Amino acid sequence: MKGFYVLLAAVALIGGGVIWYGSRGAPVATPAASAPLPVAASDGFKGFTLGADSARIEVTEYSDFECPFCASFATVQMPVIREQLIATGKVRWRYRDFPLPSHQYSRYAALAAQCGGEQGKFWEMHDQLFTNHQWAQTGKNPRSLFRDFARAAGLDLDKYDACMDGQRYAGRIQASVQEGEALGVGGTPTFFVNGKRFDGHPTSDAFKSLVDSLTKQTKPRK
Amino acid sequence: MRRRQTIVVLALLGLLVATYLWLYKIGVIGVLQCGTGGCEAVQASRYAELFGVPVAFVGVAGYALLLGVGLVGVQPRFSADRRVTLVLAALATMGFAFASYLTAIELFVLRAVCRWCVASAVIITAIWVLALGGLRRAPPAPTR
Repeated sequence: MKGFYVLLAAVALIGGGVIWYGSRGAPVATPAASAPLPVAASDGFKGFTLGADSARIEVTEYSDFECPFCASFATVQMPVIREQLIATGKVRWRYRDFPLPSHQYSRYAALAAQCGGEQGKFWEMHDQLFTNHQWAQTGKNPRSLFRDFARAAGLDLDKYDACMDGQRYAGRIQASVQEGEALGVGGTPTFFVNGKRFDGHPTSDAFKSLVDSLTKQTKPRK
Repeated sequence: MRRRQTIVVLALLGLLVATYLWLYKIGVIGVLQCGTGGCEAVQASRYAELFGVPVAFVGVAGYALLLGVGLVGVQPRFSADRRVTLVLAALATMGFAFASYLTAIELFVLRAVCRWCVASAVIITAIWVLALGGLRRAPPAPTR
């Protein structure tokens, strides 16, 4: 009987120690949430767009919802770009997912945005994820927060849950990553302007200058 | 007696696994060590909660109950007590049914397998088999 209690104490001590060690938040190279999800092939989707189809300049952004630079760009530069370049019909903006494997929940966040897009609210969900970016710093499971974002974005939560549970757009996200890699995307955010990589400092002023210059070049002759 | 001791050790292991998943669910542990890549998908799904209560916490409570009853059952004065055998069998059957439901959700709805959930399912299945076996066996004579 004494041996039994010794065994019990040993199991409790070792198991408790393992849990305690795990709770210290040791970094993990490839967190589970960012691993490619085992679902469906791509459906040929080329990203959600903002702006007029007739715009002569298209900017494609490869971005990661957990990336702090992407969040900074989305919250500081993008409002100006929307106002000065997109709303004026000069630019069509295309968002492509490029969740980095080093980020724990970026693929999950990309799924949440895609599930928002399914209900016609991709950009609303995009804004929620980037504006309330504290979720990316805590390392905590963001599921409940993302549902709150979905609610705030005006999504039907039952449909959102079904979409998330089924990981409905995992194939799209993976295809977007592969297309980005084929174009040489290695980090986020990475931009392409009319198919050509933009290597400047991504500010609204830089985009405005580039767009103005391209608009002049492509202006139809009278 | 050996059977109940085994149940107690297994219940302790199950309690540790469930506690690990619960701590992750409530945000104490940031990252699950999961080789299959399915843990997050499972833990972040809506099936990871039951009426607002994390399923992992249900596991913690269930294993804690099994551990408590098992520890009572290994005391010499209760070793022949048929009631302990019945309670263990009832708790293990509920646990096994719940684990079967969750495993089915993983395989057929989420199509993602969480290694820790599988470990818990194996543990509760072993406890269930042992507890049912105890029902069939004649109770051991009390030790004096």
